[in-house]
Amino acid sequence: MEILLIVLAVVALIVLAVIGLYNALVGAKNQVKNSWSQIDVQLKRRHDLIPNLIESVKGYMQHERGTLENLTKARSQAMSAGSVGDKSRAEAALSGAIGKFFAVAENYPDLKANQNFLAVQEELSSTENRIAFARQNYNDQVLFYNNKIQMFPSNLIANTFGFKTEEFFELEDKTQKEAPKVSFS
Amino acid sequence: MWEIIAANKRKSFFLFIGMGLCLLVLGYVIGAAFLPPDGGVGGISIALIIWTVLSLISFFSGDQILLATSRAKEVSRDVHPQLFNIVEEMKIAANLTAMPKIYMMDEAAPNAFATGRKPGRSVVAVTTGLLSRLNRDELQGVIAHEISHILNRDILFMTFAGVMLGSIVLIADVFLRGQYYSLGSSRRYRSGDSRTSAQAQAVLLLIAIFFAILAPLAARLLYLAISRRREYLADASGARLTRYPEGLASALEKISQAGLELRSANKVTAPMYIVNPFKARSASFLSFLSTHPPAEERIKILRSMAGGAGYLNYQKAFTQVTGTSARLIPSRELQDAKEIPIKSVTPEPLRKRSIRDEAREIGDLTRAVYRYAFLTCSCGLKIKVPPDFKRPTIICPRCWRTLNSPFASV
Repeated sequence: MEILLIVLAVVALIVLAVIGLYNALVGAKNQVKNSWSQIDVQLKRRHDLIPNLIESVKGYMQHERGTLENLTKARSQAMSAGSVGDKSRAEAALSGAIGKFFAVAENYPDLKANQNFLAVQEELSSTENRIAFARQNYNDQVLFYNNKIQMFPSNLIANTFGFKTEEFFELEDKTQKEAPKVSFS
Repeated sequence: MWEIIAANKRKSFFLFIGMGLCLLVLGYVIGAAFLPPDGGVGGISIALIIWTVLSLISFFSGDQILLATSRAKEVSRDVHPQLFNIVEEMKIAANLTAMPKIYMMDEAAPNAFATGRKPGRSVVAVTTGLLSRLNRDELQGVIAHEISHILNRDILFMTFAGVMLGSIVLIADVFLRGQYYSLGSSRRYRSGDSRTSAQAQAVLLLIAIFFAILAPLAARLLYLAISRRREYLADASGARLTRYPEGLASALEKISQAGLELRSANKVTAPMYIVNPFKARSASFLSFLSTHPPAEERIKILRSMAGGAGYLNYQKAFTQVTGTSARLIPSRELQDAKEIPIKSVTPEPLRKRSIRDEAREIGDLTRAVYRYAFLTCSCGLKIKVPPDFKRPTIICPRCWRTLNSPFASV
């Protein structure tokens, strides 16, 4: 009788531990998913801001038709991109177009005194930051989740229930990450 | 990051229990000394009541009390859109569940604090002086430091530590004062039946006095040590969140060199701010009595984080600068940290501004905090309309045009 009780208690403890570990894994996996959608939210916000930006500079940058058209084109390409690979390439191109646009805007001192333009510029650069931080958070969450999958004791649960490690979000374009090198040779 | 949160929750729990025990012992000793033979139980119950009441108050309304004493006011997004953007960015980086509320303090001294017992209900408060002095990267560093306090559950932890200190000081103080005033009358000594019980009581009284003097001192030193450690840790997390230690370093430099004291801070609220709101003592041997680590040291650590913005880099820099081998960050957090590179930032162009411009900006921000309306006349004059302005029109003092009051339609 006593032995039976002890066995029952041990079994109950093990079941509780398994439930706890399993739920922790599911929670971590959901966090990874959630952080991924955060990136999408911010990318969408960037798409929405670009028309405002173009509107705010219309009166000033009439001679920069090419730059503005590039920006619009990059935006619509980014919005219509389907696969993940296409999307990240299109978004990288859009980042480049925005960077080029602000470099050109430097030549217009009137524009830099325009409150409207400055406000849109702040919103856009904040969105660029948010995208970067959302990616950073995604990688943090993936790190946490992958650690759980690989470390004892949750790795036992992960293997049994088929949890798979997630991949980190790395920038596709290596040159974007590295600072430009200057050589004097 | 997760290990720090877990460690902090664990420590909060132990602190909560530990402070309960400390108080019970203190209550027992004092009770036993006052009312022999079984006053100990009464002492325990009084201590328990004080502790429970203080804990409940500070848990549920500590943030409101802090915001009220620091005279911080909640502001809407249009007062300072950039600040809201930066807080949102840091919220994303820290993966907080809800956006913290933003409060402003009408103070020329640059400073900031965060409060709120859980990440879902938190507040970040900054002074108007901070906003006018710092550039975007520096402001981001400060906000990252404050968000780190929220993220790491430092506020809950510091609240319980503060309550422990507070109740110990309170009980010890009341007891010692009582002893001081009743020194003249020896009524209690005569109440005992025999000589031996009077002697035993005297010994108990001495022990109680000894405890009552020593306990607040020990508790205060412990509290200050915890407070300084939290600041280092928030610096480390802040650098990790922004991937840019220099932003926080240069902000700390500007804040500590401003040489202004916060008018609305006091001894109790001082540990909550990012930099000690009072002028720092110059003597370094007194550093164990301060709520914050010396700003120069914090700046130096952040600036010697070579090659990365991770916890490992901060720990290395910390060991190198302070020369102590204290382990600041749980070792598990150090091991699994992969290489975290420092962000390369194109430095913002230096804003060359006169003191007059800066004062004007502080003034405008302050008025925005107090819900003034800004009305620009077509002659270019910016008219500031106080919120209690009743008349439907305003006459521009420069060009005598009649303008509609922004409050008229409301």
